[in-house]
Amino acid sequence: MSRTGGISTLADHKRRRIDELTARTAEAGGVSLIRDAGRRLLRDPTAIVGGVIILLFLIIAIFAPLVAPHDPVQRFPELTQHLTVDSIPGATAGHPLGSDPLGRDFASRMIYGARQTLFVGVLATLIGLLLGVLLGAIAGAVGGWVDVLIMRITDVMLALPSLLLAITLVALASRSTQWTVIIAVAVVNVPIFARLLRGSMLAQRESDHVLAARALGVKRRDIVLRHMLPNSLTAVIVQATLTFAVAILDAAALSFLGLGDPDINRAEWGLMLGVDGVRYFEVRPELAYFPALAIIAVALGFTLLGESMREALDPKNRR
Amino acid sequence: MRASGMQARRLRTVIAAGVIAALTIGAAGCAESDRDSGGDEGKAATGGTFIFAGAGDPKNFDPIFNDDGESFRPIRQMYDTLVTHKPGTAELEGGLAESWSNDPTGKIWTFKLRQGVKFHDGSALDAAAVCANFDRWYNMKGEAAQSQMIYYTDIFGGFAGSPDAVYDNCKAQDPATAVVTMKKYKGAFPGAFTLTAFSIASPTAMKQYDSDKVTQNGDSFAYSTFATEHPTGTGAFTYGGWNKATGEITLNKNPDYWGNKAKVDKLIIKIIKDENTRKQELRAGTVQAIDFPAPADRKALADEGYQVLNRPAFNILYLGINQKNNPKLKDLRVRQAIAYALNRAQLVQTKGPGGAAVADEFLPNTVAGYAPDVQKYEYSVDKAKQLLAEAGATGLTLNFYYPTEVSRPYMPNPQEIFTVLANDLQAAGIKVNGVPRPWNGGFKDDVQQFGKQDLHILGWTGDYNDPGNFVGTFFGRAKVEFGDASMTDMFTAIGKADATVDPAAKKAAFEQVNRDLATKWLPAVPIWHAPPALVTTKNVQGLVPSPLTAEEFNTVSLTK
Amino acid sequence: MVRVILRRLIQLVVTLIALMTLVFFWLRSLPGGPVDALLGERATPQTRELLTRALGYDQPIWVQYGRFLKNVVTGNFGNSIRTGEPVMEVISRSFPATIELAVAAIIIAIGLGIPLGYLAARHRGRLLDNATIIVTLIGISIPIFFLGYLLKDWLTQDIHFFPPSGRISTGLGNTDVTGFFVLDGLLTRELDASADALWHLVLPAFTLATIPLAIIIRITRASVLDVLDEDYVRTADAKGLRDATIRKRHVLRNALLPVVTTIGLQTGALLAGAVLTEKVYNWGGLGTLITDSISGSRDYPVLQALILLAAVVFIVVNLLVDLSYAVIDPRVRVQ
Repeated sequence: MSRTGGISTLADHKRRRIDELTARTAEAGGVSLIRDAGRRLLRDPTAIVGGVIILLFLIIAIFAPLVAPHDPVQRFPELTQHLTVDSIPGATAGHPLGSDPLGRDFASRMIYGARQTLFVGVLATLIGLLLGVLLGAIAGAVGGWVDVLIMRITDVMLALPSLLLAITLVALASRSTQWTVIIAVAVVNVPIFARLLRGSMLAQRESDHVLAARALGVKRRDIVLRHMLPNSLTAVIVQATLTFAVAILDAAALSFLGLGDPDINRAEWGLMLGVDGVRYFEVRPELAYFPALAIIAVALGFTLLGESMREALDPKNRR
Repeated sequence: MRASGMQARRLRTVIAAGVIAALTIGAAGCAESDRDSGGDEGKAATGGTFIFAGAGDPKNFDPIFNDDGESFRPIRQMYDTLVTHKPGTAELEGGLAESWSNDPTGKIWTFKLRQGVKFHDGSALDAAAVCANFDRWYNMKGEAAQSQMIYYTDIFGGFAGSPDAVYDNCKAQDPATAVVTMKKYKGAFPGAFTLTAFSIASPTAMKQYDSDKVTQNGDSFAYSTFATEHPTGTGAFTYGGWNKATGEITLNKNPDYWGNKAKVDKLIIKIIKDENTRKQELRAGTVQAIDFPAPADRKALADEGYQVLNRPAFNILYLGINQKNNPKLKDLRVRQAIAYALNRAQLVQTKGPGGAAVADEFLPNTVAGYAPDVQKYEYSVDKAKQLLAEAGATGLTLNFYYPTEVSRPYMPNPQEIFTVLANDLQAAGIKVNGVPRPWNGGFKDDVQQFGKQDLHILGWTGDYNDPGNFVGTFFGRAKVEFGDASMTDMFTAIGKADATVDPAAKKAAFEQVNRDLATKWLPAVPIWHAPPALVTTKNVQGLVPSPLTAEEFNTVSLTK
Repeated sequence: MVRVILRRLIQLVVTLIALMTLVFFWLRSLPGGPVDALLGERATPQTRELLTRALGYDQPIWVQYGRFLKNVVTGNFGNSIRTGEPVMEVISRSFPATIELAVAAIIIAIGLGIPLGYLAARHRGRLLDNATIIVTLIGISIPIFFLGYLLKDWLTQDIHFFPPSGRISTGLGNTDVTGFFVLDGLLTRELDASADALWHLVLPAFTLATIPLAIIIRITRASVLDVLDEDYVRTADAKGLRDATIRKRHVLRNALLPVVTTIGLQTGALLAGAVLTEKVYNWGGLGTLITDSISGSRDYPVLQALILLAAVVFIVVNLLVDLSYAVIDPRVRVQ
């Protein structure tokens, strides 16, 4: 935590947090630090809880077709015959969680929802990560006015809260699709990763092994690709887990605001909560509670793991 | 660690103070709420303030420049039209005109006006005033103003100097008789005289406040103070202000009203855009009536003791078919296959608001010209597949456009309706490409201007009881929306029916049109009629739901 | 110093013009512009044409752009497509609503967050601490529109503890002076209006405060723990009672620095939360304005103005902060 000054701007603070993270992980002796951290993680209950949640989530998402009792899009006559606009059938034979507002199997939609939510979260995080890492690496490696330009742009983006930036992007898009949501949330994360990478690059540029490599005449590109990037990996992974949690929350918020994916055939928790859950809350609150709890659990899991990883990598804890 | 006792004590005091403060506010608030709601509910049958929650912002209060229900709601209370509807029906009765008649050609309309009616500013409602209104519309200058007179363009064709103009002139034969002469007969009359857009406003006030001044300002328009601050009509309520910070439009009882004087002293139209919040305000007792409740909530509210007032259905939702892009759609059999493939009864049952019914024609059965014996397309996947095979259209792929970010009375949930219909089509072997477009972000453009779709859903709420208002609007002439430029015999038949002056003959003509629409032409498939509803608290009496969504609140009283 | 300020101001103007141009052309390239938004279902091709000409959309894009720039320079952002009033009026009316909500939320977040975080640190490892950790973790993982929804359902429907939406009771007829209803009531001696506004403020403020509160609790706790663990504190501790007083003050002052920094961070995040909270509670502030201007009909005049304002605010604030650094710490170069 910074102790050097009074009120700083939003961007400033985000910048410092990211810089700290990179500083910690850029220290020499990366391997033993990671091994140390790994050991500490395995002893940390919050990390275990987070890890278990994420593992469950991944299993359900990947093996959805095996786990789910039915197809998520199919409408079943035994459900539609009792379906009216103000009465949605609950649990019946073959449909453990009952029906959704269109006569589809809610349990299957929840399970496939894990898959779609994973898809949205992973893509948003990954795209943001790749673009951010690219920008940051360039900025850190090239330096000069390229560095300054990229950092100015990321400063502006860091100053805006993620949801607002996402809303602005959706507003400026001609229409909303699932991809609009993914890109909006991804773009929000680009500056964070860019800053991360750049900081890591800068920290490593002056380190012994990089200087030695340059003295030996190793090409700059090879140094970046083979030495510096891999060393930045830990910081990126930690940030990615934290970003994932925010990504699925932001996606749900966009759906709630009516700016999300309009295709309600798609089973995605944020969409199910923000559209059907809210609309049919009085008729069948389960339609809201289940996706909400799922989102909370997954966001919690990733946050727990991410925070634990960050703590574990904190050299101060090595005492 | 060891924080000192003093530190801990201070913290505890702070927390305690905060909790006490929160509870006090809560208690004061409760007292507050009791005071407010008690004040309204405890009044006798007359007097009091009636708070009605509407769903959107009005544009302004000059009738001729508006075309949407949210603007018309307050306007309707402040103005009157020459002819009006019997409350709760689509039947005509005299408004400002005690009686009206037309000559055999249907071009000359004579209105006998009521005596002694005054505008809110004291000036007299006489034939001269009526003619001043008609002339004002016809002579309106400036594209800005003209572009906002949507109903006028639709009914009266054009403005002064335009060859399409239907209006010729208006004469004040005597102070109580206004004679309006048209250049040709339109089936829209006399029904169109009930349109709120054609309310009679005070010429004195309009002149005083420069009512015709509509100026462009950036990407929209600025209106005169007549439209924004001094609307002056003859209605049961006078304008009391629009507090935009709180979203409240206040209307006051007009003690000199010529008709049934308002039973309440004050009417507040509170704008709450979210349907769920409207319902919650109703339950909290802060509003006494809400418009357009979510269909899913109607039963729950009825069970809790609220009065759910169903408006008799006067709208239509249809599946539009565009014949231009995919040549297979030009084949009647393919369109019929689509009709057979749709399980409309199930759609009504699973997604229809209370009172919804399958539509076999493009107009409700209360409109003259509705044919009781029209060909029905009962749900049959087999028939659909058979017809598709006959037409060589098996494996057809269609682009199905549907709107998002919108809720209309005939289409409360477009996304769900699309999903169900698309599902039905898939089951019949038609591959569907769903194309969502925001209502104001491309749907209307793409569908009605560019005709990019193969299929789309859209609908209409009737303005008055005339078959031309439905069938004529949709299929009376070639429209990009249906890509039907080749269906000239359809246009001719409808044009002929619409030009028929004799009511009985017109009815028969339109009945035949409706039969042919189902059997010979089928440019679209009618889906359902879905009545929107109002919900009020138990102590609201006298609110008569109108099929045209044209409720008047002067008959409303609040009981204990 | 003056030269620096001037330079930054010029940068500001240039950036704004560039931004406005970008937004102008981008918005006009989107389908379904204002013409669509202003026409209803009854529009005929005739009306559409009239409207296009009336708005000047048939003119070449450069003419439109020129007109647009001229308007912006004179401070005229046009009229809102949705409500027809001048955009600046709409924005200046929505502004106080959001500020009031944000201020209330910050007060709650700080007023509850710092004491709770401190207590959790003090009782580290015990029940209060663990409970706090769990609750705050859930707090930052919950979608706040859903939380607001639940609160509305529990506290305003079956039990009328709070009003379900809005800033003030309908028909109260409060006098609007500054737009801050609580303040206005005090200024005009309409104390019932103040109380009513406060009553309406409670649920939305708590909903909005959820995430900042959770974060402030955690940061306070972490920060207090950090400071308490420092060597110099332990040393001071060992020295005895007299120094304990100095140490306590020292602890708090040092512990609060990162918390203050966090508050600055959270203030920005509050605006994002405000968009969701305002929609749930029909608040009528900037958040409601943003969603109204996007969802349904894209109210371009309002959106343009909002983007411009956001840019201005950001740049000006940044400039002020940089300048204040230079003032506070002369070693920092204002570059």
